[in-house]
Amino acid sequence: MSRAALLVLADGRFPAGGHAHSGGAEAAVKAGRITDAVSLEQFCRGRLHTSGAVAASLAAAAALGVDPRELDRAADARTPSPALRLVARRLGRQLVRAARATWPHPELDELAHQFPKGAHQPVALGTAARAAGLGPQDAAYCSLYEGVSGPATAVVRLLGLDPFDATAVLARLAPALDRAAQDAVEAGQRALSDGPEALPARSAPLLEIGAEAHAKWPVRLFAS
Amino acid sequence: MTTSAAGVRARVSIVARGDGRGGTVLPDLEGEGPLAIRRTRGLGAEARVMLVGAMSGPLGGDHFTVSARAARGARLRVGSAGATLALPGQDRAEARYDVRLTVDDDAELLWLPEPLISVRGSDLSVTTRVDLAATARLVLREEQVLGRSGEEPGRLTSRLTVWIAGDCVLDQELACGPGAVEGWDGPAGLAGHRAVGQVLLIRPEFATDPPTARSWEEGAAVMPLAGPAALVTAVAPDALRLRRLLDTALASLE
Repeated sequence: MSRAALLVLADGRFPAGGHAHSGGAEAAVKAGRITDAVSLEQFCRGRLHTSGAVAASLAAAAALGVDPRELDRAADARTPSPALRLVARRLGRQLVRAARATWPHPELDELAHQFPKGAHQPVALGTAARAAGLGPQDAAYCSLYEGVSGPATAVVRLLGLDPFDATAVLARLAPALDRAAQDAVEAGQRALSDGPEALPARSAPLLEIGAEAHAKWPVRLFAS
Repeated sequence: MTTSAAGVRARVSIVARGDGRGGTVLPDLEGEGPLAIRRTRGLGAEARVMLVGAMSGPLGGDHFTVSARAARGARLRVGSAGATLALPGQDRAEARYDVRLTVDDDAELLWLPEPLISVRGSDLSVTTRVDLAATARLVLREEQVLGRSGEEPGRLTSRLTVWIAGDCVLDQELACGPGAVEGWDGPAGLAGHRAVGQVLLIRPEFATDPPTARSWEEGAAVMPLAGPAALVTAVAPDALRLRRLLDTALASLE
């Protein structure tokens, strides 16, 4: 694997549109559930071990070559919120567009062709990782890190939280993220041998409910 | 029923079928040990069954399996007499509660048990698998209450998977209580709410006419799934307010 390719894919400035999303943090800030660095960390831990773990497992499975159509259906079944399904597909489409320009690969062309409205973002991410010559662990790390760095960066803007404090939160999450990446790779391998039902399905009720409310706000800083 | 040092194994099976004259018959009702079944008066074409907890539990180490099938032409409503309490066992082993529901074409199942209360020190894993034929109908409610009043909850894991005509349309797991994944009670998880629940509604007509997504500030949302189904999810401070929220959200779908 190429470590430099991993940095390109994981870079927050990679033009895949992720910066416009708060990962549910904007809704949680408005509801008064995130007020400082401590509650941000709790939010990120909850997200990391629920929807974050599911996304990372899907990404790892896609990087291992599990059929993207099966993974996309598994992602739908694990995302009850229609607002979150829509966001996942938009982000997936943008990621595939950026990845095709960066690492041209027939599997990316095929994915774009099969899902004109976009495949779920983790499925696109895993396929992009394959195209970049990266492995399931790289895909899982990218997915997990993006899943917590998005909310952390968003809360800096939403609450005026000190960026040093937000970055310290991410550093404190590192050991949990390492374990979650390992778990995601193992889940991806189980999906390869036993089918996508073997993927985790952990949910976070307030992320789902909050996403539905947020999608209907007339004015918001982030798209989700 | 078998009882061993490890705990109680019990199975319950309910089968309902259409009688060919617009009614529903219950040819097969089997309960044992801790779970008894009572036939109660149904409304119109519907047959009604109550699950009655004859012993306390599930306790640590117990393994209950409940299966219900609404065969062609049946309309079956299953409820429970009171809440189910997950209790700690003597050796702190995990308890299991497996629910298997099947609904055939031209049949409807209303699965409406009372809440499950996760008592301090308990450790319960619930799995619910629902298999529906393409034109089957379902209303399924599940409510989880974390601890009795003012009490810390036990550990509870609940996974719900729903298949319609061979496609998985919902796969969801909720884990809470001590030892569950970090952040389960944080701002992304339950944020201090002590009751969480959902109602799943499956109707073939949702395939062409899906319900509109909606949310309530108190903590509930109606979410059309990718398939002919809608899920109502709600969180609340207690069981009473949870039921009220679920009923309000459900009424918006009628």
